[in-house]
Amino acid sequence: MHELSIVSSVVESVVETLEKYPGARVTEVRLKVGALAAVIEDSLQFCYGIAIEDTPLAGSRLVVNVVPVTVHCAACGADGPIKSLQSFSCPSCGEPASDVRGGRELEIEAIEIEEAEESVKP
Amino acid sequence: MTTRIVELRQGILKKNDELARGLRGRFEAAGVLVLNLVSSPGTGKTAFLERTLRELRTRGSRVAALVGDLETDNDARRLAASGAPVRQINTHGICHLEAEMVGRHLEGWDGVELGALDYLFIENVGNLVCPSSYDLGERIRVALLSVTEGEDKPLKYPTLFNSSDAAVITKMDIAEAVGFDRDAAHANIRAIRPDIHIFETSAKTGAGMDAWLEYLAERKALPLA
Repeated sequence: MHELSIVSSVVESVVETLEKYPGARVTEVRLKVGALAAVIEDSLQFCYGIAIEDTPLAGSRLVVNVVPVTVHCAACGADGPIKSLQSFSCPSCGEPASDVRGGRELEIEAIEIEEAEESVKP
Repeated sequence: MTTRIVELRQGILKKNDELARGLRGRFEAAGVLVLNLVSSPGTGKTAFLERTLRELRTRGSRVAALVGDLETDNDARRLAASGAPVRQINTHGICHLEAEMVGRHLEGWDGVELGALDYLFIENVGNLVCPSSYDLGERIRVALLSVTEGEDKPLKYPTLFNSSDAAVITKMDIAEAVGFDRDAAHANIRAIRPDIHIFETSAKTGAGMDAWLEYLAERKALPLA
């Protein structure tokens, strides 16, 4: 259950970013989460609701984009998504594949903010 | 009102990752091989680590350990029986160790200097999920699994087993009594990480410890950087 730590880091980073946009209100936070990141979306959503209370993120939506696990095959050279998280093998030739190229992401992609017209910098 | 999208593309655990990178640099410069031991509560991490520390000391290696738990210093006291310097990290409710905690506990550690160590072991909080996300600056991540836990555990916790360099099966002395299916366990570990090193050990009888210690020595002999 480290989703609360993760969400707290997200809130901290977003609040830091907001310093450049005084008076702005956050409406959406978009995360990129690898299928191998050991993070559960439901828990993220639940913790997000708690973590954003009394912050400039209050009332915002959390959008989680899940990134599939992809491997590079040492045997045939193919790159592609594995068929299941219980089998790390090449999607093309079926050989075991240890070289994970994607699916561990844990990133804030972007935030959507609303600014009052007068605060928009030229 | 105007709506705007601000691109961040920033790692959520960026702070931890930066601290871990700093630690890894320090460990490499000091020439100490650092291992992060992860398992469920009750797998036998502490017993396995105590035996490892004791045997390494017998062979003349200079070793130390940091041990993470939510509360109590029971594990540190158990490990100290090996004669190695041990320091407890209490996370007070946090279910995993973070690089910052490791860094903080390296400071002011009486009698321990990184440059004078061959191996530093970090025993994580008993948890198969959350420690997977936090880099501690270690060189080798070790996932431990006991014969009583069910051979399908690696399939249930793929993130940890996939991110580990070695898998240690503990409590082999009772494997037969509990009907441990060795082939299934190996197959499941390899399904998640085909190139992983697997060790079967018993901290009680010492079985399998030689192969494990040999692996450590081989890894120690490799250039760190």
